[in-house]
Amino acid sequence: MASLSKPDAPRFDVDVFQNEYLAQGSQEVNAIVTVTATGGGTSGGRPIGAAGADAAVVLVIDCSGSMEYPATKMRDARGATAAAVDELRDGVAFAVVAGTHQAVDVFPGNGRLAVADRSTREQAKLALRRLDPSGGTAIGTWIARAQQLFASRPEASIRHAVLLTDGRNEHEKPADLQRALDAATGCFTADCRGVGTDWEVAELRKVSSALLGTVDIVAESSGLAEDFRAMMTAAMGKQVADVALRVWTPVGARVKFVKQAAPAVEDLTGRRTDTGPRAGDYPTGSWGDESRDYHVCVEVPAAAVGSEMLAARISLVLPHPDGTAEVLGQGLVRAVWTDDLASSTRINPQVAHYTGQAELADSIRVGLEAHRAGDLELAGAKLGAAVRLAYTSGNEGTLKLLRKVVDVVDEREGTVRFRKNVSEADSMTLETRSTKTVRVKK
Amino acid sequence: MSMPQQTECPNCAEPLGSQDAFCGACGTSLTGPPTLRDLPVVPSCPHCGSAELADGWCQQCGQAQPRERDHQELELTGVAAVSDRGLRHHRNEDAFTVATAEGPGGTPAVLAVVCDGVSSSSRPDEASATAVTAAADSLVAALAAGREPGQAMREAIGAANRAVTALAHDGTAPDGRHHNAPACTYVSAVSSGGLVTIGWVGDTRAYWIPDDREAAEPYRLTEDDSWAARMVAAKLMAEAEAYADPRAHAITGWLGADAEDLDPHTVSFTPHVPGVLLICTDGLWNYAEAATDLAFFVRADARTEPLSTAQELVRFAVERGGHDNITVAVLPIDPPTAPTAHDTTLLDVPLPRAADPDATVPLRPAAPPVAVPPPPAAPPAPAAPPAPAAPPVAVPTAVAAPVED
Repeated sequence: MASLSKPDAPRFDVDVFQNEYLAQGSQEVNAIVTVTATGGGTSGGRPIGAAGADAAVVLVIDCSGSMEYPATKMRDARGATAAAVDELRDGVAFAVVAGTHQAVDVFPGNGRLAVADRSTREQAKLALRRLDPSGGTAIGTWIARAQQLFASRPEASIRHAVLLTDGRNEHEKPADLQRALDAATGCFTADCRGVGTDWEVAELRKVSSALLGTVDIVAESSGLAEDFRAMMTAAMGKQVADVALRVWTPVGARVKFVKQAAPAVEDLTGRRTDTGPRAGDYPTGSWGDESRDYHVCVEVPAAAVGSEMLAARISLVLPHPDGTAEVLGQGLVRAVWTDDLASSTRINPQVAHYTGQAELADSIRVGLEAHRAGDLELAGAKLGAAVRLAYTSGNEGTLKLLRKVVDVVDEREGTVRFRKNVSEADSMTLETRSTKTVRVKK
Repeated sequence: MSMPQQTECPNCAEPLGSQDAFCGACGTSLTGPPTLRDLPVVPSCPHCGSAELADGWCQQCGQAQPRERDHQELELTGVAAVSDRGLRHHRNEDAFTVATAEGPGGTPAVLAVVCDGVSSSSRPDEASATAVTAAADSLVAALAAGREPGQAMREAIGAANRAVTALAHDGTAPDGRHHNAPACTYVSAVSSGGLVTIGWVGDTRAYWIPDDREAAEPYRLTEDDSWAARMVAAKLMAEAEAYADPRAHAITGWLGADAEDLDPHTVSFTPHVPGVLLICTDGLWNYAEAATDLAFFVRADARTEPLSTAQELVRFAVERGGHDNITVAVLPIDPPTAPTAHDTTLLDVPLPRAADPDATVPLRPAAPPVAVPPPPAAPPAPAAPPAPAAPPVAVPTAVAAPVED
């Protein structure tokens, strides 16, 4: 465990869990890296010092024609947006964007951000009347507009968007969305919400993954306000932005993957930016008081029994514009070659657990895809495996969602039968939340 | 052609005179080839040669850099010891120390402590180092306070056990791999005024190796706390059968929080012939288990060259495969010129086992090698019970008593 933070900044503790003992000839090193940030968001979102002035929030609300059906949807979306505005700390810069086939900033409406205080919050809520459902859905334009708005306030270090949609990205090409995402990646973070069941989970997950945020379903629009309030509370608790997981590996070693393993599975392997010899940064976004687990897998050159090697040095770093980086915390992943079978065959419980959680998420994704494609045999096998993994790992939340989609005959064995009349909402909820993991049972 | 005129030292930039042969500030030679002293000493990785090192790791190839405990040697007047990581373990979990002490009347004493961390426990390297420090401190203090060596030894084992036990409760979280409390085996020796006292727990051993191995027999002085030894002692198995069992070397005694019924053993004796006392870990005796086999690798002048003796024994174990960490301490013993105050009995009379003063199980002198073939040339004398006709050593007081609770 190591923590190198200054006392006035959040403290990052890094703990590494691994079985460092490898049998002769073995080359794969697995480790779970637990990063815990404390002392940052302890104010619970209340203003501390000038922290508020450092944050900017853009709320992007789908105003496509379908938001009118049912009529309560738009009303609930306005209510949820108002609730989010109420959660803004004084001093936080913010804007509200109406998203259709284009994107219009309905508040403050001058292409810039307003600064939250009692008066601007009231003005913003009045302006929400201008969230009128008419038009299409082009999420790429929404993202581009949010990026422009954040760019008007470069001094804001925490830059966070909330994006609500009720439908598919029908009025632009997938390449347009991808281009907007590529441009926005690293500029701000975004939590995405799909209301109803006419949106596509994979599409919205792509946005939330690129922008290092969460994705979730709000099947009934009446639940939006509570969800928005919770999202804003979390956003207001963020104290450090643009934190990266820096992975150093020795000559001849190769990073096989880097995945966030908790609170949800997120593969970061392809997000690497090389930073000097044998080191690369993987983005983790902004941090409040929270703890996340990462699964790092490194392939090292085989060494003789009795050798000990540093397989990876894992740091949490805060890159500065001048190219330097502040190290917030650090942990070491080791490799020790032994001929003691009892040591080398021991399975680290954390590594085994998260390997299982990643397999659980994957089984649900493949199972639901197979089900949609009509391959019931594969779907049954995969969802059965998911039930078994969720049961054995104690992932009660996911098990509960699975039970709404399949009838569980034997949870230990993973025997399931498909239910008749599975609701679209239940199926989408399972798909959306399939990546949520639980930590190792103590 | 003469060398170009230097006006300042290439090493420290001190201004130079035209006739200077050495820099007046740093001593760098200014003529001829560079001396060793001129070469910058840059530590570099023994694996890849890189000079980029940080926190004990090579920043290039990632290999762990040599550590202090990988190889250590200590020598004082009257005692020397060497410890080595060996070839197959990534760190040295053995620990040792040597020290001198002085009784209240100015009686000098030398002592050595050797411990072997139990590798299936957590933090075995810390356990052994902790035990060694606690035991040595306790021994020095007890001897200075005039305690009889056997009593001092039992107190030292108790102190070492408490110190290792405390490691289990020091708030350091288990490393996720082990849940066994830190543990180690123990052996120590005190030599004072002709009397040698041994104390041990586990399978770390003591051997008596006389100078003249024709006239006197080398002996093993300790009985392992091991599964095989226990089976044999309880007469449940024949020796050969017990030592052939895979469980043979499982230890049944150690220091640490998990140790139940700590049973420290002590033995005292007065050698009547010159020789050396060896105390060592199984990293050495695994390659020469029987006293006569081990004696074969102990140089004839061991008593006057204790450090070389220890170095050679460690090298021997490394050359045999160095499968475990290796530690050996050598204490030269000269028999007292004046008669001692101790009553003496013959060593070939069975020594009481420490745990059971009434037992008649003898030490196992000169048992045939178990798994290691004898050395190719000049094999040691065949295994035989000690000849009563040539008593090499006299044994006064073989004592065993539990550590105070």
